[in-house]
Order: sequence, then C-alpha cells, then structure tokens
Amino acid sequence: MENEEKGMRPIWYFVGIILCLMGFVITLSGIYYVIYPNQSHTVLHNIHPDLWWGIIMMISGVIFWWKTKDVTIK
Amino acid sequence: MEKIALNFVDWIIIAIYFGFIIGIGFYLRKFTKSESDFFLAGRKNSAWVAGLAFLSANMGALELMGMAGDTFKYGMYVAHFYWIGAVPAMLFLAIYMMPFYYSAKIKSVPGYLKLRFDEKTRVLNAISFAIMTLLVAGINLYAMALIFHTFLAWDWNVSMWVSAITVAIYVTMSGLLSAIFTEIVQFFLIWFGLLLVVVLGLIDVGGFHQVFAHIPQSFQSLWATSGNASQNGMMVTWGGIVLGLGFVLSFGYWTTDFLVVQRAFSAKDLRSARMTPIIASFFKMALPFIVVMAGLIALVLAKESGTGFHLIHDANGAINYDSALPQLLKRYYPNGLLGLGVTALLAGFMAGQAGNISAFNTVWTYDIYQSVIKPDATDAHLLWVGRVATLVGIVISVITAYWAMHMPTIMDYMQAIFSWVNAPLFATMLLGMFITWITPTGAFWGLLIGMVSSFGMYIGVKFEWIAKGSITFSHVASDMAANFWRAWWAWLICFLATIIISLFTQKRPKEELVGLVKGLTKEKTAGEYPFYKEPGFYAIISFIVFLALNIYFW
Repeated sequence: MENEEKGMRPIWYFVGIILCLMGFVITLSGIYYVIYPNQSHTVLHNIHPDLWWGIIMMISGVIFWWKTKDVTIK
Repeated sequence: MEKIALNFVDWIIIAIYFGFIIGIGFYLRKFTKSESDFFLAGRKNSAWVAGLAFLSANMGALELMGMAGDTFKYGMYVAHFYWIGAVPAMLFLAIYMMPFYYSAKIKSVPGYLKLRFDEKTRVLNAISFAIMTLLVAGINLYAMALIFHTFLAWDWNVSMWVSAITVAIYVTMSGLLSAIFTEIVQFFLIWFGLLLVVVLGLIDVGGFHQVFAHIPQSFQSLWATSGNASQNGMMVTWGGIVLGLGFVLSFGYWTTDFLVVQRAFSAKDLRSARMTPIIASFFKMALPFIVVMAGLIALVLAKESGTGFHLIHDANGAINYDSALPQLLKRYYPNGLLGLGVTALLAGFMAGQAGNISAFNTVWTYDIYQSVIKPDATDAHLLWVGRVATLVGIVISVITAYWAMHMPTIMDYMQAIFSWVNAPLFATMLLGMFITWITPTGAFWGLLIGMVSSFGMYIGVKFEWIAKGSITFSHVASDMAANFWRAWWAWLICFLATIIISLFTQKRPKEELVGLVKGLTKEKTAGEYPFYKEPGFYAIISFIVFLALNIYFW
C-alpha cells in the first residue's frame, strides 16, 4: 500500500507476475504428462516441451519480478 | 475439420490473461488523472517500454497468422515485410523525423499538420485516420471471431463481445497507459507462446538445413529472383519491393501512422523517443524467425508424405493459408501449452484492438472535437470526451465487425486501405518537414488528390477499368504486387501535386516554421551523450544487421 501511494509499479513487474503464473500452470501440466505419458498425443511429446518451457517461463518471470519488486515510478 | 480441443488447463491460462489485463486497467486508473496521462501515458515511458509498445502495436495476431500463411504461399519474400518493409523507415523516423515530432510537443500526427500547414489539412488527415482506424479495428474484430470460430469452434458473438468489452473496460479506465501495458504483456506472450512452435518444428524436420533443402529454390531467396516477376512466388520485381513496399508503404506506415508513432510520443524525453523505433527495429528483424520460419516448416511438413500435416480447406474448397500457424500449434502443443498459444493469438488481437481505439480516441478528441467542435474545452472535459470516444469507438468497431460478417468481401478492400491514407500522407509529411516553401494549400490539395487517386486506382484495377500490368510494369503480378505499385503511384501523385500547387500559392513566413522544418530548426549539438548512448550509434548497428540479413538470404 505504501508503494502504491508513492508511485506506479513498472510494467516489468506485471510481466514477471504473469509469466510466473502461466509458467507455473504449464509446468504442472507438464509434470502430469510426465506421470501419464499416454495422455499426450502431440508430436515430440516425448521430450516434454511443456515441462521445460514452463520452467523457463517461471524463471524469466521470477527474474522480472525480483528485479522490480521494490521499484515504483513517480 | 477436426477442431483444436482445449481442456480446463488451457482455460485457466486464458482466464489468467483476462483477469490480469482487466486488473491492470483497474490498477492504472488511479494513476490516470489528467488528459496527458490518458492520451500520452503521462509522457514518462522509458525507451524500452515505448519501443516494445511501438512494435507490439503493429504485431497483431492477424498479421502473424497471415504472414506465416503467406510464407507458405510465397516463401522467403515475406521477410521483406519485416526487413526492407520496416527497418529503414523506423531508423529514418528515429534520426530525422522524431526531433520535429517530439520537440513540437504535439499530441498527434494531425497536430503536426496543423502547426506546419493549417487546420483544414489537419482535419482532413484526422477524419481519414479516424475512419481508417475504426474500420481496421472492426475488421480485426471480425477476423478474430472468424479464426476462433474456424479453429476452436467458439461462438462468433461471444468472441466479439467478450474481447470488445474487455478492451473497452481497460482502455476507458486508463487510455494509452493501459494500452501500452497490455501491448508489452502481449509482446512477451507472443514470444513465449509462438517461439516454441519453431523450436519444436526445427527439431521435427531436422534443423535449418533440412528446411531449406526441402523447399523450392524460388522460395529460398530474398532478392536473387526479383529481376523477373514470373520467377518468384510473390510475382513482384525488385522495383515494386523497393519503391512500393520499402519506400512508400513502409515509410508511410512507420513514420506517419499515429497508431505506432503515438507510442514514441509517450517517451519521457527526446533521446528515449528517438530510441523507441530503433529498439523496435531489432525485434522487428527477429520476428521472421517465428513467422517466416513457421510458414517454411509448415510447407516442408505439408510436402513430405507421412507427416500427417496439412492445411485446412474452407467450405468452398480453397486452401486456408492462415491455418499454417494454428495447425502447427495443434501438432506440437499439448494442453497447457495450447492455452498459451491461443492466449498469445488472443492477446495479439486484443492489443491491436486497444491500440486502434487509443489512437482513435486521441485523434478524435484533439484533432476533431477540440479543433472543430469545442476549442475552449478544459482538460477535465477532454479527459471525459476521450473516455466517451473510447466507448463509441468500440461500439462502431463492433458494428463494423457485424457488417463484415454479412459482407466478407469488405476484407478485400481493407487490405488496400493503408495505401489510400498513409502513402500520400508520407509525401505530405516528407515535403513539410524538409522543404520550407511547401504551402498549406499545396499540402491540402496534394493530400486529397493523392488519396483520391490511390482509391481510384484500386477501384479501377479491381473492376478492370485499368489493366493491372499498366501500373505494375509486368504482365504477371499478384494483388500484393499491385498494392505495392499503387502505393508508389499515390505517393508520387501527392508529391508532385503538392509541389506544383505550392509553386503558385501563398507561403507561410519562415519565422512561423521554426522547429517544424529542417533547416530552420536548431540542430541538437553533438556530444550531448557519449557515443554509445547516442541513438545514431544504435541506428547504425541496426542498419548493419539489416544489411547482413539481406546479404545472407540474398
């Protein structure tokens, strides 16, 4: 609340949050397909693109969020 | 046709996106207190924020899907839209035009025309831009509903109304500020949502070399087959590419279309405004690695037997080239990732819609309402008018979308609309910024003659009153080639008409043009920043990369 009174969060903060949230959901979905591989019928499902892409999104999101969590724009 | 089936995980991803952008709109509302906040995002954006928004305003889903489909049809020539069709114009805007735009403290492109010429030229451009923007917004809305109906079996009405209402909510609350925020979110969603398709496609077909080993020779080069229109898929010569696309259409769009230029106006200072298109140029050059590569991968897979990959056919039996990208998503993306891919396309559509509406509300408010209807409007009143214009603009775009639904041939006209408005406008701006003796009367009539002649050429060729070959210098020419050449002629007609009329009409005193015309404006002194912070330095790097890409894929 104190930050909101001081100024606006930068866009990168929000980019970090949305990448984290989406990456988290995609990673969970990827873990599901690792446990139940027969449920996936896409080409190259054996390399589990959802798992590692979800993790990449989460890491990217955390970096954006971490770098901007204390930043506000006046 | 078998539809792409989403499950609850995909819907969670889509729900996160909707919840997030509406939440951003609410969050930003408390920072939108003045008309400057609403229409220019408070003029406090960094070069990176403005730069990514500048690119994203142009990076709609329709364009991404259409260009991937066009690559399937025409091959590597589509990369011209991203390289010669964008980069030189972006760099020209940054180095030569932005100092006049930004330093004049104008709020819109028609606003510059008012300062440099007069009120009637401003209003002519404002009205044509407002009509073009709302038509484009409506057609995009229809196209979005069509695509989601075709590939996902979504209901037309639900698709259109949900996206229109969402855009209305967040743009009405905080104007350009929320439009820019969502454009940047869209930028990341498109890269994360679509880049993986290319990565997986390359793994699938065996790498870059395998892609180029399996496509026709005429699809592999950018320029080598441009000497003869019949030797390349796009059926266009290098003259059409350079003059029509690379010069007129590209410069007309990137340097004068307020939809994109407005993002640079939101930058916090002149250096940031000049860096805006330069930063965007690097990402623009990278886009073919998603779009063109996806089209080429789809082509390879469709040609190879046993892959099970094919484009879909419309009800009339014609190949739906726009299906290349959705079919790749369906092939490689399991549920979860599929939701991300669909959200990337959805975000592209909605950010495009928001961009059009935020540009419309600015031009309507400043260049039509304040200029013609209520010159003494207060800031608070203009802010209110901007919010009302947003809602009215959304309603008009929805009506246009329904109109298009009942008359799909309107789509054919829309493809040409940029050459009606932007191509002649670029001639007017170029003459206005660089030649002092161009007169207000010359600019007005030159612009009007250019617009009318472009529209006349389009109608003439469409109804075969004029032979297509007479404007394209070639007996074989695609509609795209005709579009390039028509833009060139419209520009030339406007350019010559403006000069000729200016020779015989009253000029404005030079002292009134200081700061608006090169030669009468004090140039920025060199050495204000170290060389590695100068926009010119990064423009040179961008141009070298541009040349290298053209030579490598020659």
